[in-house]
Amino acid sequence: MSSPRLQRTRQASHSLRTAPAFNVAPLRFPPAARPVVLVAPIDERLRSTREMSSISHVGSAHATLAEHRWSAGRLAIMALVVLYLATILVVPLIALAVETVRTGIPAVAEALRTPEAVFAIVQTLWLTLIAVVVNCILGVAIALVLVRQRFPGRQLLDALIDLSLAVSPVMIGLSFLLVLGRDGWFWPVLDALGIRVAFAFPGLVIATLFVTLPYTVREVANVLTEVGEDEEQVAATLGASAWRTFWKVTLPNIRRGLLLGVTLTAARSLGEFGAVLVLGGSIARKTETATTYIYGALEERQNAGAYGMALLLGVVSMLLLIAIERFKSRSSDA
Amino acid sequence: MSASARPFPNRGAQALRVVVLGYVGLLIILPLVAVLREGVSQGLGGLWHVVSAPAARDAIVLSLWTAAAVAVLNAVAGTATAWVLQRYPLPGKCLMSWIVDVPFAIPTLVTGVMLVLLFGPTRPVGRWFEGHGLPVLFAPPAIILALAFITVPFVVRSVEPVLAELDRTEEEAAATLGASPIRTFWTVIIPALAPSIASGSLQGFARSLAEFGSIVVVSGNIPHKTLTGAVYVFSEVEGGRPHAAAAASLVLLGAAIIATLGARAIAQRTVPVDV
Repeated sequence: MSSPRLQRTRQASHSLRTAPAFNVAPLRFPPAARPVVLVAPIDERLRSTREMSSISHVGSAHATLAEHRWSAGRLAIMALVVLYLATILVVPLIALAVETVRTGIPAVAEALRTPEAVFAIVQTLWLTLIAVVVNCILGVAIALVLVRQRFPGRQLLDALIDLSLAVSPVMIGLSFLLVLGRDGWFWPVLDALGIRVAFAFPGLVIATLFVTLPYTVREVANVLTEVGEDEEQVAATLGASAWRTFWKVTLPNIRRGLLLGVTLTAARSLGEFGAVLVLGGSIARKTETATTYIYGALEERQNAGAYGMALLLGVVSMLLLIAIERFKSRSSDA
Repeated sequence: MSASARPFPNRGAQALRVVVLGYVGLLIILPLVAVLREGVSQGLGGLWHVVSAPAARDAIVLSLWTAAAVAVLNAVAGTATAWVLQRYPLPGKCLMSWIVDVPFAIPTLVTGVMLVLLFGPTRPVGRWFEGHGLPVLFAPPAIILALAFITVPFVVRSVEPVLAELDRTEEEAAATLGASPIRTFWTVIIPALAPSIASGSLQGFARSLAEFGSIVVVSGNIPHKTLTGAVYVFSEVEGGRPHAAAAASLVLLGAAIIATLGARAIAQRTVPVDV
């Protein structure tokens, strides 16, 4: 067995005994490391054998296969995929940026500074904040119940959370209108209490909560399933209370899933359109959000405002996407 | 695994479960039941009567065929993308993987605005297509482009992990036995990937049926021609006809549920094989 480390140490000892003919070796080893270690540390050895086995696996057969296949066909597939993704995803993004600039930056900036636009942006930020906080708490609770508890109807709960992704935003708006709107099921109660839900802020909150429900639940549930409940059981056996076990063991374990879920939640609530349009009615300076502002501006041919707001939302989504990808790669490392 | 060893012993566990079921019940089950009741308030015959009226029928059929077309497109393009991401030493693969996830973050209405800006009749690209007798905006191609944008990640993300786990020795065996790369692909790789491709496509299909934000700005919403199911539901809600809106959305949701259940069944059946 000859790990790279061992070879290096032998070379180093050699160069120490003889004249330093190779100026590489002394540079590699700081003075403190000079008492030469002849056996590499155990984790180093393990890592190198693992590397070797994977290298031999990939190296021998695959390199030759890959060389064979590195043909016109492979290049064609790659070119087609790059072309497809560029046409479908990248060109529209560029079109948005270019056209917004062509509309004129001053006009766009002015349109986004109008009270209506500012109100829509602030309202969207509030909705996002509420969705993040509520899903942070209830999303984790739902995931815990879904993964850690066994009860009749668990499968149904699981299916319902999947289903909520397949419900059209318009249908979500319609359904809450039927429950909470004028002449809806709860109308007498709401009316008596003087609470307006449809075409008011609470309606926007409810619509946003419906569409954002699955994200935190799914990401946290995935991590919970993955880490298992061994550590939680050890904590419980050692006498930790359920509450303490949650804060000290479960929460640190699910952190990465929670971060990813919350970022997805934020992206979704910033961009929700159909449900808030139907349930909120998009009343200027009352129930208008960033997306419904764009829709209204398009209808009124206020291009600067529509494109500017669309670009703003696009840029913010891209920043969130950077966070999403970072959390994702971190969770796949672990 | 006794109940007492769980992080939440009985009392707390039950309380948590009640809160969770209450929240999901009020937020998801109750409103969906309301739509169901509204939809069948005039009996199943009444539902059929509304849905089979020309405007509703054309809208639902348009939604179904565009969603199906995009599902097929995704099955091919998504598998190819996952293949390139997993197997080819492409520089900038990180960026490519990042781009695949763009639709998860971009609001669908913004997607619609982008397509309007690209294919609008006064824009260079839009004019070019118009001049060649293929109007994109306010026509079915715009709907398909919007849906294709939104559903890019589904097949890619469903196929990628399976492709990564795939045992390469089988491919090598096939190659050693003299099979051409194309034959190896069809007889060894595709059968292994088929469940994940189907599952991803079905999820994309369900997602397409529900799509509203991007379509409402690009399709022009011409009844019988470019009015999709979701936009039809919207116009009925706005027009104060909740029964028609509920009936049409139930049909669309029914199709989406069948697709979702299919995707789940396929995914669940394949999980034990992987492990």
